Amino acid sequence: MSNNNEKGGLQSKLEVNVWAFCLATAIALSVGGLVEIVPLFYLESTMEHNKHNELVWQRPEGATISDHKPGDGMRPYSALELAGRDVYLKEGCYLCHSQMIRPFRDEKERYGHYSLASESMYDHPFQWGSKRTGPDIARLGGKYSDDWHRKHLRAPRSVVPESVMPNYPWLKDNMLSVDKVQASMNGLQAIGVPYTDADIAEAPGLVEGKNEEDAMVAFLQVLGTMAKLDDSKSYRD
Amino acid sequence: MDAAAEQKYDFDVVRWFSVMAVVYLVVGASVGVYIASELAWPVLNFDIPYITFGRLRPLHTNAVIFAFGGCTLMATAFYSVQRTCGVRLWSNKLAWFTFWGWNLVIVAAVITLPLGLTQGKEYAELEWPIDLLIAVVWLSYFFNFVMTIAIRKSSHIYVSNWFFIAMMIMITYLHVVNSLAVPVGIMKSYSIFSGVQDAMIQWWYGHNAVGFYLTGGFLGIMYYFVPKQAGRPVYSYSLSVIHFWALTFGYVWLGAHHLQYTALPDWTGSLAAAVSLAMIIPSWGGAINGMMTLSGAWDKLRTDYVLRFMIMSLAFYAMSTFEGPVMSIKTVNALSHYTDWTVGHVHSGALGWVAMIAIGAIYHMMTRLFHTEMWSVKLINAHFWLATIGAVVYIIAMWVSGIMQGLMWKAYDDYGTLAYTFAESVEAMHPYYAMRAVGGAIFLTGAILMLINVIMTVLKSSSEGSLQQARTASVSA
Repeated sequence: MSNNNEKGGLQSKLEVNVWAFCLATAIALSVGGLVEIVPLFYLESTMEHNKHNELVWQRPEGATISDHKPGDGMRPYSALELAGRDVYLKEGCYLCHSQMIRPFRDEKERYGHYSLASESMYDHPFQWGSKRTGPDIARLGGKYSDDWHRKHLRAPRSVVPESVMPNYPWLKDNMLSVDKVQASMNGLQAIGVPYTDADIAEAPGLVEGKNEEDAMVAFLQVLGTMAKLDDSKSYRD
Repeated sequence: MDAAAEQKYDFDVVRWFSVMAVVYLVVGASVGVYIASELAWPVLNFDIPYITFGRLRPLHTNAVIFAFGGCTLMATAFYSVQRTCGVRLWSNKLAWFTFWGWNLVIVAAVITLPLGLTQGKEYAELEWPIDLLIAVVWLSYFFNFVMTIAIRKSSHIYVSNWFFIAMMIMITYLHVVNSLAVPVGIMKSYSIFSGVQDAMIQWWYGHNAVGFYLTGGFLGIMYYFVPKQAGRPVYSYSLSVIHFWALTFGYVWLGAHHLQYTALPDWTGSLAAAVSLAMIIPSWGGAINGMMTLSGAWDKLRTDYVLRFMIMSLAFYAMSTFEGPVMSIKTVNALSHYTDWTVGHVHSGALGWVAMIAIGAIYHMMTRLFHTEMWSVKLINAHFWLATIGAVVYIIAMWVSGIMQGLMWKAYDDYGTLAYTFAESVEAMHPYYAMRAVGGAIFLTGAILMLINVIMTVLKSSSEGSLQQARTASVSA
């Protein structure tokens, strides 16, 4: 099809019929996407927890997110963490911070174990990022104190003099809205994030009276702490 | 003065799109220079939420891609489709709907992005109500374009129109699939995809926005405007056919090369890298096709400043389409990913290829749309040098900083421990971030000269009454 420009060839026919031309183009344009995207939804090897099911939290009957302990496995974000993640999206943090550690020696030493696909299974949208103007934060949780994070968010250069991050002093003044957080949880539940109705019902207790800075700190402190990865295991083939 | 064309075609909407494209070039580049300066001197964030880097960066990308790029593509497609088909637009009214709709999208972006209303997907930040508006306006553009071809007087569909059609179909696919989201508020939604699948879909979108919007669409511009400006036919018809089908079929596969060594399965990234390398051939075929259109007329470059923009753009196109595949190779990507090298690569394509070919096409159209010479030809020449030098300074700054970052992150000392903290690598970037801001400012200065030149030309045309004369002159059939 590609180089047939003789009289009566396919190319010549397409060049005189705009509808046939559109159809041929539409077909040629769809192949690559279909081949690369569709298998990711059903190939079992894509998600590591199909082989290593301890990576995902096996929620006991009647348990809510508050019952989850670090290392129990991937779970949906708590109401406060989710509110923090929304602040992360709103402020465009993903434009300078990645959440995707690659399997290299230097990245392991700097950031920790390489990231797994299962670790972002509840991330709508994904936040792997494409640029490290600042460091990767996929395993930031627990590395610094809450107090350090508050100082750093309000004035990054007070704790890291070389930083070029903007100050975020307004986060502590913006109160969270329970209604918005619950609407978010309902929406995510509708597209497959396993929030129980009890999780959504306990949201007000977690969010009421809290501000965006509290939420942001809760989110940053949970990153990379949900699942416990075993260095002796090979998660990828 | 081409009164015959003026009376035969619908040029009003093209005039508006062209002028707005130049306005948005200045706006988008200004925001770019500002955020580049914020990275060099973070005090410029001023603790004001609406102007922080994280909120303005999406405004910069949306302004240059969708506002400047979009208006350019709409102006040039509506202009060239009429001329190559020998008919008026299928619907002038629908074209005006496209104009006002697209500008409404841009206004909505300017308001919502600084407010932090975003879907959190790079290059697809706009929230769901705006996404719906984009879809409707885009389809109005697509439908009008295809219908104009359907009622054409010429026998064959000219090559520039092939590229515009491919762009319109692909952008429809990409925008619809990548924007699928569940709304949870009037300006808040979540992508229905998550994690690795969302990443693949996002980069299928991201790379093909580059591949079809910023490359395919602008190749449509190249295939119409370079031969017109040079006064010579396209060098090789066969090469055009190969260029078109190879890009149409092949470009779609490349997105996964943005996700090398991530949690995306290896087969996807490797497949993308292999096809990426293969794309060097048709891309260079296209660049050669454009440049060789000048064969036998190279002397025109000495006097024709507009042609200079076009040929320089093809040189940048050839360079970027070589650099891109190299960066998709896994071993190179291990160093280049997450660094400023990527930013430099994007801008050699954006400033060097996209902006230069667009600028050339707009200068070409200005004299024909306003039926008068440009207010200042000297200013076009100044613009050419500022654009070229600005782009080169920008790219060099990012090459150096990107490769330096990559090397510093991977450096070990004699004791086998990491040689540099991350903060040290940030500090080392400062001179290059400053240099990048300067390069951007030089490029922006050129764009401002263009805006002045365009406005003065419109005023000149108006005071001479040349547009009015073209509209009313009696034309012999």
